[in-house]
Amino acid sequence: MDDLYREQIIDRYKNPLMRGELDPHDYSYEDDNPLCGDRIRIDLRVDGQGQITEAAFSGTGCAISQASADLLVESVVGKSLDEVKSLSKEDLLGMLGIELGPVRLKCALLSLKVLKAGVYGVDQLEADLADA
Amino acid sequence: MPSSSASAVRGTSLRAEFPVLARETRPGVPLIYLDSAATSQKPRQVIEAMTWYYEHQNANIHRGVHQLAEEATEAYEDARRRVARFIQAPSSRQVVFTRNATESINLVAHAWGRTHVKPGDVLLLTEMEHHSNLVPWQMLAAERGAILEFIPVREDGRLDMDVYRSLLERQPVLVALTHMSNVLGTINPVETITALAHQAGATVLLDAAQSVPHLPVDVQAIDADFLAFSAHKMCGPTGIGVLYGRETLLQSMPPFLGGGDMIKRVRLREFTPNELPHKFEAGTPPIAEVIGLGAAVDFLARVGMAEVRRHEQQLVAYALERLEEVPELRHYGPQGEDKGGVVAFSFGNVHPHDVAQILDRDGIAVRAGHHCAMPLHERFGLPATTRASLYLYNDESEIDKLVDGLYKVRTLFR
Repeated sequence: MDDLYREQIIDRYKNPLMRGELDPHDYSYEDDNPLCGDRIRIDLRVDGQGQITEAAFSGTGCAISQASADLLVESVVGKSLDEVKSLSKEDLLGMLGIELGPVRLKCALLSLKVLKAGVYGVDQLEADLADA
Repeated sequence: MPSSSASAVRGTSLRAEFPVLARETRPGVPLIYLDSAATSQKPRQVIEAMTWYYEHQNANIHRGVHQLAEEATEAYEDARRRVARFIQAPSSRQVVFTRNATESINLVAHAWGRTHVKPGDVLLLTEMEHHSNLVPWQMLAAERGAILEFIPVREDGRLDMDVYRSLLERQPVLVALTHMSNVLGTINPVETITALAHQAGATVLLDAAQSVPHLPVDVQAIDADFLAFSAHKMCGPTGIGVLYGRETLLQSMPPFLGGGDMIKRVRLREFTPNELPHKFEAGTPPIAEVIGLGAAVDFLARVGMAEVRRHEQQLVAYALERLEEVPELRHYGPQGEDKGGVVAFSFGNVHPHDVAQILDRDGIAVRAGHHCAMPLHERFGLPATTRASLYLYNDESEIDKLVDGLYKVRTLFR
């Protein structure tokens, strides 16, 4: 449990590198977790080859949800949309480097859900996350 | 100076009756349980009563003529009589066993609502309801074409009684409200509310899930028509709840669920419902849980509900005093005689999940979220709060540890 608030998470929460909004953008999606009030929006700009050139997130919520969004969004710059589609739950948890119980897992995964919904369209998402 | 009986409530002897309170959450970290509004811990007496039943009397009730069946039936019905006495019900026929307070309210919404609510009728609720006393009425209103109205909650966490009086001019058929808020801790003036509702011709349902465990509750003094509560919040087991109802009302209602035990006679195309309260108890009930509830009621009666209330009142006053020292902490709800042992708070910009998780490192169990009262949180412009809730086994040293933990949160997030 002590791991949960290790320096990286708290630092990313207090001093995010990727916080902001992109206007105009090529992809944007926002969602929330009404159970705890976490809310995340992710904006992407993509070049002609389908490569992400810029990314940003905005929103409010707990340290886990916001730090997770910051790390995730930083990691997708330079990736192709196909690579984003293949990102898994384990990839994100690897970036966070912590173990989470079932309740906090939802906090951590909100950003991945938003990112994929933006890139994929919402319909594909549930099946994809179920496999992840 | 606390009286000798009050110190008995606080004393280690009473605390020692709750086995789980002796555990450590991790080696060297004792449990500080401040989540009793979600569910209370169970005294040994309750756990042993249920085990004893399974080891000595286990049988189905009401129909068997053998020794075990008769003993089980007697134990089950004896628990009903003790529950009736505990809430001062005139008769045990008015005590219906359900799964929990939620099911009790749903029972009324179905059996009473479908026969007594017409299109255009007004159902009057409050902004501070738990979802269990909101969603069943939303469902009924949608089905019957009824209209929902709400008594507003004032900034101080109390109901706006002036607006209530004016809403009564709309002649609601039902006034349904919580006796005590599970977020604000507000103990509503239910005697006054009920008397005014009756003058206006309304039936009154009280959600007593937070009050019966923590205050002396006398259904006749309150003059409630229906009152619902759950065993697991009052030292009893999960899976068993109670609906108290005025006898004439219960008589006038059709059954809720159909099946065994709720009937007097069945033919292929018709049935005759059983007498009260069995009319509302279809199928084999959770017998061991009812016996556990009976033991919980004995336990609380032995301590004395007035003592439980006195202890919590002193403890919550101490908690508010200590929490007010903590910078950027804001707690919600009234301060005074009408505040129960529930303190929900926001803490600067730190999300309640983070607060709760960091407190958990020190073994402190609090709750984070909307506590099944989303509209109330919206009313105060909050996505969520952290909630510490108290019971007879808590003491001041645990409040001190909560405050120490909150300073740690503050240091980490500064």
